[in-house]
Amino acid sequence: MRILVCVKRVPAPGSKINITADGTAVDTTNLGFTVSPHEECAVEAAVQLIEGHGGDATVLTLGAVEAGEQLRYAVSVGIQRAVLLPTAGEEWDPQRTARAITSAIRQMESADGPFDAILFGNESADSGGFQVGIRVAHALGRPMVNGAKGLSIDDGIARVQREADAGRETYELPLPAVIGVKEGINLPRYPTMRGRLASKKVEVASIDPADATSGPMAGAVTGPTTIALRPPPERTSETVILGTGPDAAVAVVDVLDEIGVL
Amino acid sequence: MAPVANRTVLAVVEHDRGTVAPTTFEALTVARTVSDRVDALTIGATADAIAGDLAAYGVASVHQVHDDVLTDYGPEAWGEVVAHAVRALAPDVVMASGTDRGNEVLAQAAARLDLPFAANCTELRTGGGDGGGDGDGVEVTRIRWGGSLLEDATLPGGITIVTIAPHAVEAGPAATPGAAEPVPFTVRLDRSLGRSVVRGRVEREAGVTLATAPVVVGGGRGVGSAEAFAPLEELAAELGGVVGCSRAVTNNGWRNHADQVGQTGTRIAPEVYFACGISGAIQHWVGAMASKHIIAVNTDRQANIVTRAGYAVIGDLHEVVPAITAEIRRRRRD
Ligand SMILES: Cc1cc2nc3c(=O)[nH]c(=O)nc-3n(C[C@H](O)[C@H](O)[C@H](O)COP(=O)(O)OP(=O)(O)OC[C@H]3O[C@@H](n4cnc5c(N)ncnc54)[C@H](O)[C@@H]3O)c2cc1C
Repeated sequence: MRILVCVKRVPAPGSKINITADGTAVDTTNLGFTVSPHEECAVEAAVQLIEGHGGDATVLTLGAVEAGEQLRYAVSVGIQRAVLLPTAGEEWDPQRTARAITSAIRQMESADGPFDAILFGNESADSGGFQVGIRVAHALGRPMVNGAKGLSIDDGIARVQREADAGRETYELPLPAVIGVKEGINLPRYPTMRGRLASKKVEVASIDPADATSGPMAGAVTGPTTIALRPPPERTSETVILGTGPDAAVAVVDVLDEIGVL
Repeated sequence: MAPVANRTVLAVVEHDRGTVAPTTFEALTVARTVSDRVDALTIGATADAIAGDLAAYGVASVHQVHDDVLTDYGPEAWGEVVAHAVRALAPDVVMASGTDRGNEVLAQAAARLDLPFAANCTELRTGGGDGGGDGDGVEVTRIRWGGSLLEDATLPGGITIVTIAPHAVEAGPAATPGAAEPVPFTVRLDRSLGRSVVRGRVEREAGVTLATAPVVVGGGRGVGSAEAFAPLEELAAELGGVVGCSRAVTNNGWRNHADQVGQTGTRIAPEVYFACGISGAIQHWVGAMASKHIIAVNTDRQANIVTRAGYAVIGDLHEVVPAITAEIRRRRRD
């Protein structure tokens, strides 16, 4: 079985997100980087599929060369191959991103054969566009379901479970298929010593995304284009300290009484 | 801004086997701020009866689609229907609610039309001087980082495809109701689109959920183990609430992800949220900030959750939480 999992490098802010002086980007000074929890789970799902069925899994990202860090993380938990679509680090809009990833997948598949399943995260942590995986699936003509909270593959069918308001739904996608994974589908493992070594040694293949997004493939309309980022309005309140230690219980229950939830 | 004449909005009605998703009415409310002509699209025969509910929200025509493939929800089939409708009806704006299904269907449609799509908008400014400038492009405000940041962005001119972030506005009926006139809309759908239609479903059991509970007792890394959640369960049970948790907890395998509050978990809006041993990282806060009252229990007076909460107790949650439960029981006895 051949699996591809696509991830995005994003900053990991702590208690608040700082914005750059020009107001259009997250200030990443002193921040670490990560992938969305949805994508961590997609990586874990890919590793589990390979453990169960044999074969190999590839991780792909479009981003600055520093995104190699996220590819190596994926290798450290059991992915075999890594592919970078290098950019200058600027934000690419979803259509352009999808075109580049689609083109890279076509290249990889014509060289090494089709991927049985291509996994994405449900949405990226930073831009929350909810569309790159869907656009790639459509361009490749493959079935796609987002929001997967359960996934198994048997007899050429990907069985996907997903939570809806009314209950837990099942989808049955004929392979090859594309699946958007949601956090909670599994519990991602931590890297092992052997995994860490593998991640240091892995050769990150590079596919130039520029070809896919210039020339005849380039669409005239793309977007959205960011004008400004800003924090949402926040209600500020002085914190009332109700006390220290268990003695504060009386004051807490007074508050509950006042609010009317007792 | 004032609605613009000669502009039409096509609102895609989200429904589940004929039951309309309430957030659809929020999207319709936003639609009316953009245009004085709002039409709706309902997908599948089970949705025909919804037309009657749409009049109050100012909908003029309800385009109704029937097809054997549309017996239940399917992202590709629904996306294909929307794409057909956009080509045939040429609306200026296509809108749905920014739910799992709404985002998925409009992304499928946008992929088919090779048009941009902006998910989870809170506002749209079109055609005016404060908008796209040239009166053609559209300016939107949308949420990023699960709601921790707002983005003002422009979309190119042409057809605008957006979803409206759930609960960004309150749904309100139109000053003058629309005719909500049913109009059959015929498309020929390829049978192969049935490949991603829902195959089966296990209905959810009734009961209080994290998203709807009046009280949530949340525990974080400070709780320390799966077993140590027992006192939090007791407090929650005492108040008719449920237990929630941070990602540190789910990552450690102490609780199921279904209990996680935050950007990649559940957004909660209870009367009271107890945040015990939770630092209040932005990704957690964004899921908890709609709580009416927050009571933080933390050993660290400087913790972000303590400075943002309305109330706080400084102390060890393992002592404080059982003491609160005991105090509630004592008062109920007296
Ligand atoms: C893209 C992305 C998405 C994310 N999504 C989510 C999400 O949906 N939900 C989520 O929760 N997180 C999410 N996170 C993770 C988030 O950044 C934090 O890592 C996480 O919320 C921290 O959990 P915590 O507060 O329990 O742990 P910590 O940050 O370690 O805080 C523990 C707190 O417990 C206090 N404490 C310790 N012992 C005690 C005691 N005995 N009594 C009282 N207090 C004590 C400490 O003072 C501290 O404040 C996400 C991260 C990323 C990058």
